[in-house]
Amino acid sequence: MTVQIAIAPSAASRTAEQPGTQAPAPQPRHKSRFWSIRGELSRRTAWLLTGAGLSLPFVLWWLWTALGLADPMFMPSPGAVLERIGRWWTGEGLLTDIGISVWRVMAGFGASALIALPLGLYIGTYRPVQAFLEPLTDFIRYMPAVAFIPLVMLWVGIDEGSKVLIIFIGTFFQMVLMVAEDVRRVPMAQIEAAQTMGANRGEIVKLVILPSAKPALLDTLRITCGWAWTYLVVAELVAANSGLGYAILKAQRYMHTDKIFAGILLIGLIGLFTDQAFRWLHRRAFPWMRK
Amino acid sequence: MSDSKIRVRQVGKTFVSDQREVQALDAIDLDIQANEFVTFVGASGCGKSTLLRIIAGLETQSRGEILLDGKAIDGPGVDRAMVFQHYSLYPWLTVMQNIKFCRQLKVIGDTVRNDGDVETAAGRADALLNLMGLTRFTDAYPSQLSGGMQQRVAIARALMPKPATLLMDEPFGALDAQTREVMHDLIRHVHKLEKSTILFVTHDVEEAIYLGSRIVLMAPRPGRIDSIYEVPLPAQRNQDMKLAPEFTALKREILGRIRETSGMQTDLDQLARLTAVAG
Repeated sequence: MTVQIAIAPSAASRTAEQPGTQAPAPQPRHKSRFWSIRGELSRRTAWLLTGAGLSLPFVLWWLWTALGLADPMFMPSPGAVLERIGRWWTGEGLLTDIGISVWRVMAGFGASALIALPLGLYIGTYRPVQAFLEPLTDFIRYMPAVAFIPLVMLWVGIDEGSKVLIIFIGTFFQMVLMVAEDVRRVPMAQIEAAQTMGANRGEIVKLVILPSAKPALLDTLRITCGWAWTYLVVAELVAANSGLGYAILKAQRYMHTDKIFAGILLIGLIGLFTDQAFRWLHRRAFPWMRK
Repeated sequence: MSDSKIRVRQVGKTFVSDQREVQALDAIDLDIQANEFVTFVGASGCGKSTLLRIIAGLETQSRGEILLDGKAIDGPGVDRAMVFQHYSLYPWLTVMQNIKFCRQLKVIGDTVRNDGDVETAAGRADALLNLMGLTRFTDAYPSQLSGGMQQRVAIARALMPKPATLLMDEPFGALDAQTREVMHDLIRHVHKLEKSTILFVTHDVEEAIYLGSRIVLMAPRPGRIDSIYEVPLPAQRNQDMKLAPEFTALKREILGRIRETSGMQTDLDQLARLTAVAG
């Protein structure tokens, strides 16, 4: 032992801290793997952290109000908000409000997807269509959808059509560009392989580009669906007499802060639920993406 | 020589990038016979991949003409299958579905129906699966396979429509040395079995000699054919031949020529001086 150490002075200095150990034991292993870059996390720890992250603001909120640090007029307690949701459900037509809001989002988002998917596919596949439409779409995209509201009200009025149209304007132009980008990301080698097997243009679009881009397209729909909810509230804040956004606005008029809280939380919950549904669909529809 | 499988006459290709014209290919003349196995080597930028892609119909030449069975090439076709270096498999299809992909296409469907040999076609997919040693992976997705296995699927898929010509663009470039050796013997076997004409682009000189019956050495700036070598090996090859004197002699000659034409030489004296200063 000692002879070996004498021969290799650098090794000796390294092991000097642990007399008695023989080989240079892999000590750095103890250096927290928790913070390793892009490291792995056990399922249990992941769930625990998710739970902690989600409940943290609620705990803080509860503490803040329970300790009487806030004026309940401006900052209702979690209990009060929960109670308000109950009353909203039984006496104030919560289900109707949710129903009408979900319908508006689905109509605006659905119409947007219906046109954006084929249009984006064409922009991403054919250069002439891209040159013709993409700069225009990019230009309109930068016009704030909210600024269209006065115009939409003048043109379409204040009935259902206007809310759906605002959601459409808010999501459509972004969606087209994202779809086009998804389609452009299909590897050229996949397309060229089909070409050298004799596939014609239609077959390449149908059998290669579409199935190849599908997972990315579903992700695009998931992300733009979130935006649709944002524009729903904008539309309902301005021109509606029903729906979650309208309820929030009306609550402000009567200083019902608990109902404002309730409305915001409910929209968040619906969004979270939709997002998870999209993710579930993604896992179900594309088993080949799993390693 | 009018019976050549592929006739390349005065083919040139000019790319325009950043308002600068780049001569990728200049005045290429080449005749390839049916059932020949021709490999292409050369320093990077010599245009070997570009030439292959023009023959595949994926790109068009700026000058000259290419005749395939006496007819000018007009776009890609079933008669010329191509195997790419990677990312060409369809990850949403299983191994078997990838191999059978071409059968959904109109061109293939028509010929199969006309021949009335749907069963033969199905049998062919099985036979190719067998030939490539993929029978255990029939229902696996590409992401579950190793790089070597994925390239076997790509080759089987390319062979499925019985192409007269097989174009391979560095198909084994991303594989490790051992896997590559196995693939070499496999592709030689395919060549013998399918009687196809194979054009094979590589940056690996040893691979070029072991596989080819003829080696086309290309040089860059502008991309051109520098020289053509006949490979002095029998049709039946084995790995031991890589150590034979005629093999190593040819390898040395070709490597030297590539070095001369690449325009990228290491100045050993300069390096030595730098090392001396640093030391």
